[in-house]
Amino acid sequence: MNLEIIGISVLMAFLFGYIMVGAIDFGASFFNAYSLIIEKEHILTNIIQRYLSPVWEVTNVFLVFFFVGIVGFFPQTAFYYGTTLLIPVSIGIVLLAIRGSYYAFETYGNRGHKGYAFIYGLSGLFLPASLSIVLTISEGGYIYIKDGKPILDYWVLFTEPLTWSVVLLSITAVLYISAVFLTWYANKAGDKEATRLMRKYALIWALPLIITAAGIIVELKGHNPEHFDNIMNLWWMFAISFILWCMTVYLLWQRRNYGEAFLLLVAQFALAFYGYGISHYPYLLYPHLTIYDGFTNEAMAISLIIAFILGFCLLVPSLYLLLRLFLFSKKYVSGK
Amino acid sequence: MTGDSVFFSRVLTETTLTFHIIYATLGVGVPLMIMIAQWIGIKKNDQYYILLARRWTRGFVITVAVGVVTGTAIGLQLSLLWPNFMVLAGNVIALPLFMETFAFFFEAIFLGIYLYTWDRFENQKKHLLLLIPVAIGASFSAVFITIVNSFMNAPQGFDLINGQLENVNPIMAMFNPAMPTKVAHVVVTAYMTSAFVLASIAAFRLATGSKHVYHKKALLLTMKLGLVFSIATAIIGDFSGKYLAEYQPEKLAAAEWHFETSSEAPLLMYGILDENNEVKYAIEIPFALSILAHWWPSAVVTGLDQFPPDEIPPLYIHYLFDTMVTIGIGLLLLSLIYWFGVKRGWSFVHSKLFLWFAVLSGPLAMIAIEAGWWLAEVGRQPWILRGIMRTADAATTNPNVDLMLVLFSILYIILGIGTIIVMIRMFKRNPIEKELADREIEKGGMLK
Ligand code: HDD
Ligand code: HEM
Ligand code: HEM
Repeated sequence: MNLEIIGISVLMAFLFGYIMVGAIDFGASFFNAYSLIIEKEHILTNIIQRYLSPVWEVTNVFLVFFFVGIVGFFPQTAFYYGTTLLIPVSIGIVLLAIRGSYYAFETYGNRGHKGYAFIYGLSGLFLPASLSIVLTISEGGYIYIKDGKPILDYWVLFTEPLTWSVVLLSITAVLYISAVFLTWYANKAGDKEATRLMRKYALIWALPLIITAAGIIVELKGHNPEHFDNIMNLWWMFAISFILWCMTVYLLWQRRNYGEAFLLLVAQFALAFYGYGISHYPYLLYPHLTIYDGFTNEAMAISLIIAFILGFCLLVPSLYLLLRLFLFSKKYVSGK
Repeated sequence: MTGDSVFFSRVLTETTLTFHIIYATLGVGVPLMIMIAQWIGIKKNDQYYILLARRWTRGFVITVAVGVVTGTAIGLQLSLLWPNFMVLAGNVIALPLFMETFAFFFEAIFLGIYLYTWDRFENQKKHLLLLIPVAIGASFSAVFITIVNSFMNAPQGFDLINGQLENVNPIMAMFNPAMPTKVAHVVVTAYMTSAFVLASIAAFRLATGSKHVYHKKALLLTMKLGLVFSIATAIIGDFSGKYLAEYQPEKLAAAEWHFETSSEAPLLMYGILDENNEVKYAIEIPFALSILAHWWPSAVVTGLDQFPPDEIPPLYIHYLFDTMVTIGIGLLLLSLIYWFGVKRGWSFVHSKLFLWFAVLSGPLAMIAIEAGWWLAEVGRQPWILRGIMRTADAATTNPNVDLMLVLFSILYIILGIGTIIVMIRMFKRNPIEKELADREIEKGGMLK
């Protein structure tokens, strides 16, 4: 295993972490806003706030870790992505700011402004949409080089069906992941009504998720045949992922083992995510940048990996403590 | 076109950092203050200090949240606005940036736990233990990010051979000559500023009529801490001057309007510069610059005449330097007088006038932080990496930076106003008198 692979694996692990914890956070805020509109907020708000408020900062650090890490391991990404993504990422920052300030001003300060909760909920849908654009762009065909400067072609970006499929996938995934998680969480809290509602949402979003995911693979065939072929070579990963999805839905349908259902979901997304990532190899940006020509020098790579191992040893016990207190503690979850 | 991008990238960076540093400074210093208050409370078994810690914490989470938002913005903006710099920086100084994210993790995790476990521990000491990683994490974020900044001032740990990076040594890059003074000064000034900001709040309540012993205790504690950290600040500030004289003489010379290299150099305070670069109305302190720079009155101090005109930083940094130093000395004296006065029973330290000065201490310290950073950053110009890369060559070529500047300016205005409104509302709705009464009932009159 070479340093490049270790570097990208570390980054992918944290990106996956962000996608999972982020999706729960984004989706929850949307359901919260939606329940305000249909006037069922008493059912969800408590559950959501009890889980989200203590952990949202940690969620954000996953993102920070990813973008700091990628510049460390692959400095060239700053040149290609940094130059071209000014507008989409800035919009992402503003959406993140809406979310952060909701926690600051509403949950810590004083709660209860409906308009704010509504914008906060919407940001939960727009944020995955705007961040997922980065993944789309990495497929190539959107960035061209002029006078040695990379430029993002917005016209192509907004007219390609692939862009919109990825946006759709990101939204359905967010809603599905967080609905399944919250079903489990509400069930643990012994809140029957919230469990019923979240289970319903989870089942509603299960099918759209699979359809959009499959749609993307089809569109890749036209957009980036090389990547498509690589995905086909890894078909078994996606096949297992699909089976896991069926099992989650089955458990939800049967109203049992919500905890296992969520674990299966994590495994399902992990397989799909890594399948996607591995098939993307070796490109960071088709066709301009691979993990080999974008890589940092050896001395930096080794020191980053050592720092990572040391940091990880600190991180894991702390995260475990956090989860034990806020996720696995029956007393806390049920609000006692 | 790219000229515009450079200009707007600079303005946007300045705006974001100027805004972030307010929250960041409090984020570094306040956890330590909370820890001290809670510790004293436990030791003396005094509920007032525990309550102090509790109320500070409530305000603190709001500043942290905005700090996280603006910090994420600047973190991404570094790549968005300065891609060429980040390509180079990523190769040489990514290590402390990366370590900083672990400090964030550590802080964020334990802050979450600390906040939501106020009444879950029978033993207050256990709860206090949770705060230690928060304070360590916060201070280490400052340490690591300041190491990055010191590298920008005194880059080392690599060789540039025909434009190619060779022999990169990340550890050497981190332990550059600017690092000791810079890290120490930044961390200590963050503690100092946080102490004075908290002192301002207590002083404000006393000045507007409260006679409550709670506020008196709060003011005395924060003033004492402010005194300790201002003394440390002044000492380390003096070392920062010596660092500059050795490694960045052009910054010191520009800050001091020291045009000609000379020995027995005087220190100029205040004054203005007319159009012929003549200094007017300045106060001259004989030999002081030589002492600040090299310990000895007879030492030679390099002047601006030793540098090509296009490598001299803007001369207005003199005003920033004066602002910072004046505030530093002023606050040191203020807290010293207060402490002495309370000890000796001088009544004028409890007068309205003195209290209003104490109210000003927090905002003034924050102004000193801003002035200090502007001095350090503008004083490095035209370089982004001193001697190696110019700011103008580092900026993005994307033509839309001006639009983003508008977007972010609106965002920061909203966040700034929001913070103030929410803080005021939070403490108005739950004044100390009410909270004390509530807790007394709850605890069955444990309060003395
Ligand atoms: C409460 C804030 C505060 C106060 C009262 C002072 N400083 Fe300061 N100073 C800072 C806050 C600060 C800072 C914000 O922390 C800076 C900006 C960048 C840095 O490294 O520290 C800084 C930078 C800075 C520099 C430039 C270092 C560089 O660019 O590398 C010097 C020479 C001094 N300071 C010296 C002093 C002296 C002699 C003071 C006398 C009391 C003083 N400072 C008070
Ligand atoms: C600690 C890490 C820091 C890094 C990596 C950093 C990075 C940068 C960069 C990339 C620039 C170039 C833009 C320019 O020259 O205009 C710059 C300049 C500047 N930075 Fe910093 N900065 C740091 C800390 C700060 C802080 C905390 C402030 C707080 C106010 C600050 C204020 C400024 C200002 C005012 C300029 C503009 C100088 C000018 O335009 O002449 N910096 N910094
Ligand atoms: C270019 C300069 C800087 C960058 C890129 C930067 C980056 C960041 C980021 C990404 C965050 C959010 C972390 C999270 O998600 O929890 C943050 C927050 C923070 N930063 Fe900055 N920062 C800079 C300058 C500074 C300086 C100069 C200081 C201290 C003197 C500082 C201290 C802090 C603190 C205390 C927080 C709050 C973090 C928390 O409470 O979790 N930062 N910064």
